[in-house]
Amino acid sequence: MENGGLGLWGVPLAMLAGAIRVSTPFIFVSVGECLTERSGRINLGLEGTLVMGAMSAYAIALTTGSPWLGVLVAACVGLLLGALHAGICQLPRVNDIATGIGLMLLATGLAFFLGKPYIQPKAPNLGAIELGWWSGIPQVRQALQVNYLFVVGIVSAFALAWALKNTRWGLIVRLAGESVDAALAMGVPVGRVRLIATAIGGAFAGVGGAFLSLYYPGSWNEGLSSGQGLMAVALVIFARWDPIRCLWASLLFGAAGAISPALQSVGITEGYYLFSAAPYVLTLGLMIATCSPERALRGAPGELGAVR
Amino acid sequence: MTAVVERIAVPTLALLASAVLFGLLLAIYARVDPLEAFALMYQGAFGTWFSWQNTLTRAAPLILTALCTALPARMGLIIIGNEGALVMGGVAAAAAGVAVIDAPAPVVQLAMAVAAMIVGGLWIALAGALRQWRGVNETISSLLLTYIAIALMNHFVEGPLRDPSSLNKPSTWPIGDQNMIGTITGTDVHWGLVLGIVACLIVYVWMRFTTWGFALQVIGGNPKTARMMGLDVGRYVLLACGAGGAMAGLAGMVEVAAIHGRANASLAVGYGYSGILVSFLARHHPLAIVPVSILLGGIGASGGLLQRRLDLPDAAVVVLQGILFVAILASETLYGRLWKPKEAA
Repeated sequence: MENGGLGLWGVPLAMLAGAIRVSTPFIFVSVGECLTERSGRINLGLEGTLVMGAMSAYAIALTTGSPWLGVLVAACVGLLLGALHAGICQLPRVNDIATGIGLMLLATGLAFFLGKPYIQPKAPNLGAIELGWWSGIPQVRQALQVNYLFVVGIVSAFALAWALKNTRWGLIVRLAGESVDAALAMGVPVGRVRLIATAIGGAFAGVGGAFLSLYYPGSWNEGLSSGQGLMAVALVIFARWDPIRCLWASLLFGAAGAISPALQSVGITEGYYLFSAAPYVLTLGLMIATCSPERALRGAPGELGAVR
Repeated sequence: MTAVVERIAVPTLALLASAVLFGLLLAIYARVDPLEAFALMYQGAFGTWFSWQNTLTRAAPLILTALCTALPARMGLIIIGNEGALVMGGVAAAAAGVAVIDAPAPVVQLAMAVAAMIVGGLWIALAGALRQWRGVNETISSLLLTYIAIALMNHFVEGPLRDPSSLNKPSTWPIGDQNMIGTITGTDVHWGLVLGIVACLIVYVWMRFTTWGFALQVIGGNPKTARMMGLDVGRYVLLACGAGGAMAGLAGMVEVAAIHGRANASLAVGYGYSGILVSFLARHHPLAIVPVSILLGGIGASGGLLQRRLDLPDAAVVVLQGILFVAILASETLYGRLWKPKEAA
């Protein structure tokens, strides 16, 4: 038996494995976007940043043989793209939603353009921690293979939550996001704060992309990301701008994304494509459930115009 | 007068800046002479009658999908789910065409167009309704709906609507050669182009000369004023989104009925995304959409030649589109700053 005699139990197990593996890019993108949005800027272009990060990480890992150097370069590329977005949005009368769409298109195209030579070869992967050593069942072992980046993602979510709440720096970011007038009165350089917050948010998205190409699915091709970056932006709204809640939401989305491959692995192929739409339907459903036309969402940064 | 000069000068500057950036990328990264590349692009887009026809064939779906962003944009909504509405329209058209396949050709074509417009319209109206009554961000929801649409298309062409003889590329049953939309006499360009131009004219007249169109602009300008005037904002949201979605759905029908003859994954090749760009380049003006679509169609048509002659990746064209998009958006900031207004104190 392919599923090792686990039968239908293979489905929740595969979903747990999916929650761990698939969720990592969501965690990185949403935590980064959380920081950006708390500073009062929205970056819809993170989908492009994710793809660009995936491509550059793969290319660097392939040419240097070091996947971690790839992760570092992906973060730098993300940093630059984030800074570019922030820089353009700071010009008067430029719409940040539209700029995000434009940069999403540009970064995706650029990744396909520059990444063409790297589609065939195989780059070294990032390693994993074996948390399933106690179990004799191979599926359980496989499910509990945890990548280092997953751990880094969890740590950074908690670190960001703590920093936003307890540090002077976090206060400045929140101030820039809540009220420009108050921030200016306090002498806070709003533009520079947003530039830094958006650049760091981009760097996070770049690392999320590195995970896609260097660990799971672990290769570079043009169909690598299918809206994860965008879903992560929606997820921040659902998580009401709290990094910890972003973490839980990412795990939920990872599990939803694993439904259709999990069902396929136990032999249920009926409606494969319908189930593959599950994460998108879930995102939309959660947005419908949490948004309201009458009031701004609880926890929404005051200066965030896009989420009325 | 200054305003007119400005409206031409600013986009031209943005175009030039994009060309320089793209040229630099080609010269530095791909080691290709940018001037040669641009000459080839012109050749591939507008150089010969053959390339003109290729360009115009590509422009047709762009005109229609651009309206899907342009109409809601008139009232301040940013809809980017064009690709999804196109795909849903294409699948609906194929299903309708197959259902009434034995009827006379005009009846079949009409049924396909109506089905595509209804489904595409409902698809985008859903994003508008969610915005209006649930406060869901329409940009994100419409893009999510695109991914759902593509999943649904895959489901239909693999399952309920699958033609078992389509082995390599799962497709719906063909709509039949006799039901295809023909080409404009003397050319290889299909009638979808005319359909698109007529649609733009209708939208222009509708915006410019009717109270409905005026109401739309008022809502876009100031929703609060609109509400105080007693305008039913929700109805206009549905109307603008529905009409825009119907146009994108029609683009899907044209692709099925004039190019592919059946619905399959070839529908989702990015016309919807390019349509967003067209709409922004045209500043959401229905008449400007036609020339911009031809320009973008030309860029798309020249991709093949760049690939064959200069060995550039096919994504080169997408990069140029992306640079163009960002440059145009950034150039918004130049309006009113190139020349000082006369009455400036």
